[in-house]
Amino acid sequence: MFKFKITCDQATTICDKSQYGKASFFEILRLKIHFVRCKFCALYSKQNNRMSRILKTNTRKDAICSMTKEEKEAIRTAFEKKTSIN
Amino acid sequence: MKKEGKHTLHPDKWIDLYADYLYNFTIAKVSKQEVSKDLVQETFFAGLKSMKSFEGKASERTWLISILKRKIIDYYRKINSNKGKAEVRMNFYSDGENEGDWLEERVPQTWGSDADKKMENEELGNALNNCIEKLPEKYAMVFKMKTLQDFSTEQICKDLGISSSNLWVIIHRARTQLRRCLEDNWFVK
Repeated sequence: MFKFKITCDQATTICDKSQYGKASFFEILRLKIHFVRCKFCALYSKQNNRMSRILKTNTRKDAICSMTKEEKEAIRTAFEKKTSIN
Repeated sequence: MKKEGKHTLHPDKWIDLYADYLYNFTIAKVSKQEVSKDLVQETFFAGLKSMKSFEGKASERTWLISILKRKIIDYYRKINSNKGKAEVRMNFYSDGENEGDWLEERVPQTWGSDADKKMENEELGNALNNCIEKLPEKYAMVFKMKTLQDFSTEQICKDLGISSSNLWVIIHRARTQLRRCLEDNWFVK
């Protein structure tokens, strides 16, 4: 039988999946039903959405970064040592 | 690299041509500079060692990336097996009649009124970034790949050698932990 009742742990997991558009229709349905009796998970969901919004707009995306010249040279030295042995 | 015929390897040019590319590829997943650097170096060494098995079917860069991917999986497995060391504090009862319910002391608190929405600014973004850095490394890695770099679930599972249900458990733990961290450090004083 289709189980509607889920735990808070399961509810929040569905909520997390839905942040990436990966929750199924039935999962969302179960989540909404869960919200009716659980204000904590409803609050979690609200805050989770807000967190996703912040992540989208305000976090630093990993910029293109490179190694410093010295770091590259260190690798080069180690590398050349290896090549000379081989 | 030639378009026709077989690709060939030129190890003497690897560092100039691919060091930055490989480093960027690594740091997007590992996020630790020191570790990324080591992985890139190991990749070059491994490439050198297995030059004989290069068949010339793929380009030099693709071949090096495939070696690097294995190195990243190995690294992930290594940190993943350090159990207990950086385990996330639980948010839900793990057994008994309340199994799966919020632990009383971990219940979400209100984050202030709507007026505070104005605060969704750079500062809050930074607070969240700090919280991400505080996550256990294995969680941070998966969370960043999924959330900040928009990798597909399939790609992450392939790159890190984990199952998709495993991935969602990690995302779930990371998110409940982040929510809690924001609450402790930002909203509720």
